[in-house]
Amino acid sequence: MIYGEKVREHFLKPHNMGKMEHPDGVGKVGNIVCGDVMWLYIKVGKNSKGQRIISDIKWQTFGCAAAIATSSAVTDLAKGKTLEEALEISNKKVVDSLGGLPPVKIHCSVLAEDALGEAIYDYLKKNNLRIPKKLQERHEKIIADIKEIEERYKEFLQREETSGKKQSREPGF
Amino acid sequence: MKVYLDNAATTPVRKEVVEAMQPFFSEKFGNASSLHSFGVEARNELEKAREKTASILKVKPSEIIFTSGATEADNFSLKGTALVARKEGKKHLITTAIEHHAVLHSMQWLETQGFDVTYLPVDEFGLVDVEQVSEAIRKDTFLVSVMAANNEIGTIEPFEEIAKICSERNVLFHTDAVQAIGKIPMDLKDIDLLSLSAHKIYGPKGSGVLVVKENVQIEPLIHGGGHEFGKRSGTENVASAVGLAKALELAEKERESEAKRQTALRDKLIDGVLQIPNTRLNGHPTKRLFNNANFSFSFIEGESLILRLNEKGIAASTGSACSSPNLKPSHVLLALGLKPSEAHGSLRLSLGRNNTEEEIDYVLEVLPLVVESLRKISPFAGQ
Ligand code: FES
Repeated sequence: MIYGEKVREHFLKPHNMGKMEHPDGVGKVGNIVCGDVMWLYIKVGKNSKGQRIISDIKWQTFGCAAAIATSSAVTDLAKGKTLEEALEISNKKVVDSLGGLPPVKIHCSVLAEDALGEAIYDYLKKNNLRIPKKLQERHEKIIADIKEIEERYKEFLQREETSGKKQSREPGF
Repeated sequence: MKVYLDNAATTPVRKEVVEAMQPFFSEKFGNASSLHSFGVEARNELEKAREKTASILKVKPSEIIFTSGATEADNFSLKGTALVARKEGKKHLITTAIEHHAVLHSMQWLETQGFDVTYLPVDEFGLVDVEQVSEAIRKDTFLVSVMAANNEIGTIEPFEEIAKICSERNVLFHTDAVQAIGKIPMDLKDIDLLSLSAHKIYGPKGSGVLVVKENVQIEPLIHGGGHEFGKRSGTENVASAVGLAKALELAEKERESEAKRQTALRDKLIDGVLQIPNTRLNGHPTKRLFNNANFSFSFIEGESLILRLNEKGIAASTGSACSSPNLKPSHVLLALGLKPSEAHGSLRLSLGRNNTEEEIDYVLEVLPLVVESLRKISPFAGQ
């Protein structure tokens, strides 16, 4: 495997994986480089000082081993952090926490940073809270990519109708 | 349990081949061009290997050019004939969208040198339309190159029919037979140029052949001491040639029995894997190499799949964008009309002579669980 041991651990036994019921914020991002997709859910609570913190976090990812490992790692880093702190988590921090990634896989980690940012954006927006300028700018950039991703995975997103059906070898398998 | 199901990538060198090659490293090490007994000994063995290879392929020994592998053979056949054609004012080549990169990238390079290339599409099963080949031939066409069988999806092309058309129309026909040799019977009657590789048939890596029929004019790409009838210079690699000839001999000898055995295993594998919901088979249902199975699993990505299978000891490959150095999905799967998302979740399992039924049972036990574990992570199929 071209990956280091930490990546392997997160990839094989990812943390905080799965869907969240009734999240306070959701970040849905896609990467048009190779077509990976990550959805990240947060629950927001308050700490003893009354600051808003990420009290729970979950994710779902369609992508390579690096994408899965960075999804897992970013949620480890963000859990329990204040929203301000969480917004400081860069893809570089995520990569460092995994002991590095091959250069061709760095783009996968950008997804993790973006998904976290988007989930926080979603939460702030829904609750009419002030959105930092940097976050607003990043959101606008991401939205453009997402359109393309949604187009690409149209069928998967509408899968309800077909799910569960087994496919046979003939015809037109 | 370790299960190697990537035999289309490479195969282990078989014992008999290693034994046949063994003397040519330290003992019979002579340069086949030398006049003394060491040289003569090497020369004799080299020519025996050439004769054996030729007799299996039913061509003349002088039509066998040993190369460093099929990539060189493909490059040589296309560029070497192009250099001749240019002198005659011909500049058009025809190939398919699903060729190996050794052919496709050679074609693309030829385009930069002023040649025209037609890339024919394939149908949803990966088959080239013979009619379309015929229609694509122009006055200035000098060569058609269509692989005998595809390396990713295992589809067997109608190469003999295409070869016949080319010979009638006086156009050279080249076929990359790397995956087909030793797996299907091949009649080289109308084939002018054929590339093959030893390491796909339990021979050594770095060893291949380009069959160049007598009637074909070709310019060498590698100049030097005039080896291989002046077509490909470089001190002959006797061990490599002997290994190739032995591997080919054994592959042909066992072809029918292995075809029977591996077809049964492959079909068991295909039937079992298609039980997994939202799974499709890529390639042709019947015109398919006996050792190839290629699937797409919706909602998951191939590199993750390969690496999780690897943890369970299963070695396979994928056409996913994430696993390719340029982050593009497999050109073969896209040519079948698969969407990038479907190519994303592709898995190639290629069998070989060492695979057993027990191993297939193991794969059928493990694979559904691995697919399920990744679908649990996927936003498209999660919980
Ligand atoms: S998700 Fe495609 S390369 Fe990582």
